[in-house]
Amino acid sequence: MTSHSPTVEEANGTAGADAAPPLFYQTEADHHDHSSGGTMLGFWIYLMSDALIFATLFATYGVLSTSYAGGPAPSQIFDLSLVALNTAMLLISSITCGMAMIAMEQGNVRGTQLWLAITGLFGAAFIGIELYEFAELIHEGATPMRSAFLSGFFTLVGTHGLHVFSGLIWIVVMVIQLGQRGLIIENRRRLMCLSMFWHLLDVVWIGVFTFVYLLGVLR
Amino acid sequence: MPDHPAPLARLARAALIPLLLCVAGCQGAVLDPAGDIALQQRNLIYASVGLMLLIIVPVMILTVVFAWRYRAGNKEATYDPHFDHSTSLELIIWSAPLLIIIALGALTWSSTHLLDPFRPLNRISATKAVDKKQRPLQVQVVSLDWKWLFIYPELGIATVNELALPVDRQVRFDMTSSNMMNTFYAPTLAGMIYTMPGMRSTLHAVLNRPGEYEGMSANYSGAGFSYMRFKLRGLDDAAFARWVGEVKGRGMPLDTANYLKLEKPSEKVPVMHFASVDPSLFQRAYERCVTPGTPCMSEIMARDHAAGGGGKPHPMKAGEGMPSGRQSLPREKPEGGLMKDTDEITPVPHNSKPRQPGVPGTTDPDSPRNRDLSFLSLPATPGHARAARG
Amino acid sequence: MFNETVLKTIFGRLSFESFPIHEPILIATFLGVVVIGLGIVGAITKYKLWGYLWTEWFTSVDHKKIGIMYIILGIIMLLRGFADAIMMRAQQAVSFGANEGYLNAHHYDQIFTAHGTIMIFFVAIPLVVGIINYVMPLQIGARDVAFPFLNNFSFWLTVAGAGLVMVSLFVGEFSRGGWLNYVPVANLQNSPDTGPDYYLWALQIAGIGTTLSGINMVVTIIKMRAPGMTMMKLPVFCWTALCSNVLVIAIFPVLTAAFAMLMLDRYVGTNFFTNDLGGNPMMYWNLVWIWGHPEVYVLILPIFGIYSEVTSTFTGKRLFGYSSMVYATVVITILSYLVWLHHFFTMGSGASVNSFFGIATMVISIPTGAKIFNWLFTMYRGQIRFELPMQWVVAFMLTFVVGGMTGVMLAIPPADFVLHNSLFLVAHFHNVIIGGVVFGLFAGIDYWFPKAFGFKLDPFWGRIHFWGWVIGYWVAWTPMYVAGLMGVTRRLRHLDDATLQPLFIIAAIGVAIIAIGIAAFVIQIVVSIINRDKLRVGDDPWNGRTLEWATSSPPPAYNFAFTPVVHDLDAWHDMKERGHQRPTGGYMPIHMPRNTGAGVILSGLAAVLGFAMVWYIWWLAAVSFVAMIGYGIAHTFNYNRDYHISAEEVAETERKNALAGA
Repeated sequence: MTSHSPTVEEANGTAGADAAPPLFYQTEADHHDHSSGGTMLGFWIYLMSDALIFATLFATYGVLSTSYAGGPAPSQIFDLSLVALNTAMLLISSITCGMAMIAMEQGNVRGTQLWLAITGLFGAAFIGIELYEFAELIHEGATPMRSAFLSGFFTLVGTHGLHVFSGLIWIVVMVIQLGQRGLIIENRRRLMCLSMFWHLLDVVWIGVFTFVYLLGVLR
Repeated sequence: MPDHPAPLARLARAALIPLLLCVAGCQGAVLDPAGDIALQQRNLIYASVGLMLLIIVPVMILTVVFAWRYRAGNKEATYDPHFDHSTSLELIIWSAPLLIIIALGALTWSSTHLLDPFRPLNRISATKAVDKKQRPLQVQVVSLDWKWLFIYPELGIATVNELALPVDRQVRFDMTSSNMMNTFYAPTLAGMIYTMPGMRSTLHAVLNRPGEYEGMSANYSGAGFSYMRFKLRGLDDAAFARWVGEVKGRGMPLDTANYLKLEKPSEKVPVMHFASVDPSLFQRAYERCVTPGTPCMSEIMARDHAAGGGGKPHPMKAGEGMPSGRQSLPREKPEGGLMKDTDEITPVPHNSKPRQPGVPGTTDPDSPRNRDLSFLSLPATPGHARAARG
Repeated sequence: MFNETVLKTIFGRLSFESFPIHEPILIATFLGVVVIGLGIVGAITKYKLWGYLWTEWFTSVDHKKIGIMYIILGIIMLLRGFADAIMMRAQQAVSFGANEGYLNAHHYDQIFTAHGTIMIFFVAIPLVVGIINYVMPLQIGARDVAFPFLNNFSFWLTVAGAGLVMVSLFVGEFSRGGWLNYVPVANLQNSPDTGPDYYLWALQIAGIGTTLSGINMVVTIIKMRAPGMTMMKLPVFCWTALCSNVLVIAIFPVLTAAFAMLMLDRYVGTNFFTNDLGGNPMMYWNLVWIWGHPEVYVLILPIFGIYSEVTSTFTGKRLFGYSSMVYATVVITILSYLVWLHHFFTMGSGASVNSFFGIATMVISIPTGAKIFNWLFTMYRGQIRFELPMQWVVAFMLTFVVGGMTGVMLAIPPADFVLHNSLFLVAHFHNVIIGGVVFGLFAGIDYWFPKAFGFKLDPFWGRIHFWGWVIGYWVAWTPMYVAGLMGVTRRLRHLDDATLQPLFIIAAIGVAIIAIGIAAFVIQIVVSIINRDKLRVGDDPWNGRTLEWATSSPPPAYNFAFTPVVHDLDAWHDMKERGHQRPTGGYMPIHMPRNTGAGVILSGLAAVLGFAMVWYIWWLAAVSFVAMIGYGIAHTFNYNRDYHISAEEVAETERKNALAGA
């Protein structure tokens, strides 16, 4: 190398070249926030992998769903009206979660927090009803240890419930963080992820409601 | 660097060693079958290897040739850095393996159906057809921890770790397992099939050549697995009849009580003979209801079926509501770790801790190397003394 | 009584007897580990390296350092897994007839389980992930991965899993259920001890790490490629890394769910995989093999990428048939989901099901065959420099085709009926894993080592390493093919037929030769570090073709002072051909993620949680779990996660590197 040091322009061939010089280095300032799009994509992929966990649990439940082992069958233990109420709670919470997102778009911190809190309340009601249902079943003796069908049922529904519960914790944390910092870009990103997470739980629940409860009672 | 390609040529030769070894010296069980099914399976191995060598050998030769010819030190070879695409060459690259796989796929489809273990045989050997009037010999196989039980329902006898078969007679094996998953494997007879608890698998086979062969479990099933082997004896009709007579004359009965003793884990179990056998034993072993008072799978499933159709509410306690005398669980079920009270937690000692201080071994006290081979304390197998060499 | 209850509350089912105080082999090993460990700790303390290690390495979110740490983890675990291999070979070489060998069933069964588990989960995966981590962002011209903190966290989760496996060596014992912890052997009834629990917790923790790392890599490749790098200009290694990580994301959740259900069986007493009360052990086999077969491709695809890069570089040619290589990779990715049943043809599925899965398996050999031909024709009309990486490629091609052939044999169901579960099968997968994955990993390490450290690995010891592995592989595994054809099955601790003994003695000799290879590898690294000044090379020692060679060796923390713009496949080769010059002025500040100790702390807590659960120490489990969640949440309150490297600092670094690399 000679004592002459090339500048960016020369390295790119832009200095003094006549015919359409190739550009070899990006000299503009880097676009910083491409990681934001990355976060949404990454979280989306994470949700898909989570959905695969549910798919596995669904498949296992499907294989074991008639293995009552002499124990109770779905039609004997499922209380559809309770489950319908529960479904309503979760569906409404998804709407309120959507309202929170609208409030976020409008830049309304208080509104976002309020709708998130309402979402959390409906989620908590869902968890409460589910725990009540589980307690009733276990009280009757229909425990997860009784039969493979019940193992599959408790695990599938319980895993969903566990997800909703983590969603509740997330909502609480989010409300606090919104209070601390408002709708800064990081918090907006987190809110988007939270809402995707919450809606996925809704979708999974519709699967649970249809395949576990409705089909179980019909069988 | 001209000194490297020579080792590469050596490498190529090294790669051919397994093939050469096999052509020269494989007298092994798989390549020297005594039964027609195993023979066809062996031939299939030869055919597929032949087909694949059509492509493997040229690839290996080309690898060595190209590596040698286009070494950087060779100034005579053409160097063409822009040779990175050739439609015709790529067509060959994809179609050559494709053609081989089409041929192999056809072979696979037909042979898989032809040699399906569920399917009764259509020939006894290459030269002999199946006698349609003669029913296949039934053998029921139960893999126990860690020995093989063979029941001959039509003959009313049973053996442990010895499978005697009349030659040139079709045999139908029905198999299940008491606890572990094992594989029934007799390499000279007809490949292997899993034996699984609560399930029944089937295998049809024939042995064409008299002699003594080895059989074993091919699927790891716990501590005594290595000794889970059986003698496969091919006998002509007269010898087989004699053998049946001997078993009937000298063995003990295989009733429920003896089976339950036999079922307990044990290893290095010698050959045992049973002169009579409870005809429902295999069915009950398969349905997991040998222990008196336990419901069979078919009974449970019948109830489940009724419940699914809107029958009366089921009792929640396991076994309750089953036909009387069948109310207990099939097997004592251990409690999950989280469900235990503190008092119920038992410290887990390391397996190397001697179980019985002062006793060198539980299975073969003569061997000094035999230190506490099995962590289960092994009970004496019933009838050892009487049936040791039956 | 009171006393005992208190003890059980505090220590669960852990007691003094849980330590292998009666096992001389383990005590000796333990003492060895303690001595070496104390030596290392002492040396680090003496030279005051703790602070350096913590701030520069453990908490680093730099993909290059994480990649190197993954590779170090893989090499350490390779030594452990290989020690298991030596013990198995030694046992099988002597245990014939009246001789029971030196290992009892419980010890031997743990050894083959640990060998398989460690070699796949803690050797192959960390080494593959490590190389992807190091090379891929450089090849796509990125400054880091998409989620740098997640990357650090994934690594430490893998370490936590590996740590639990290592702890099981000295506290309690490991699973005896085979490398996939099969039921019914591993269910609560048949294995009430700690073994399967260690297995499940270790792999659950490490598996989550691998899944997260997969997400990270996929997003990185999709979102962070340099301008101009369209998907069809993506280096082959990145393509294979992409496909491999897509597979990871698609299969690891299945494994996580399967392990979670087995955990519930063992901890709660559910009936997923039990023999009774409606459980279905076969379901476990299906689930683990739905993971297990694609896992093979998770490992081999990036390795195919390494072979492609190496072949192209050392032949001085562009890769032959780039696009068919890409299509082949994608086809393998998709097909790998459709073949899992071939692991249990002998379970008695119908003939049509078996044929379908058999033929689907064979179809995979078409794109794989096409790949072999592509490498072959890359060599054609090239100028092949037989440096170490290229030697591995040739050894791989000659070894791997044999493994491919035996694989197709096993894919024919009726042939599988006689070969399944035999040593033939074991020889087959060692043939493809050693001859494919391991050779490729060494090719990759030899190839990219000068990139990472600025000096080459010593070629003399490298050659001993090479021949040790290649000769050792063939000596060790050819007799196993033969033994399989003689009807010898796998996982046997003892054999009756003494006529088979010569085969196993030859195999043991083969392992000894591989041991020489491994020793030479370690010596190679040590000698190279000592002689680093003599071995020092420029930024682009191999005349490379892809972007990782476009920056200095070792690269600065920010990888590229200016993001390169891509016009062609083999972008760096293109830049060199068209006479670019690296700019030496006009730098701008660079935005970088900040180091964090959160990954170490969270993973440490996860390891404690796993240990506490294994031993039923409920209070400790609860404490570590709550601490983990609490710390995780607290971590989200830290918004101050990045900083800028100033333009002056970049200029200074670039000037120094230019001097060093010249």
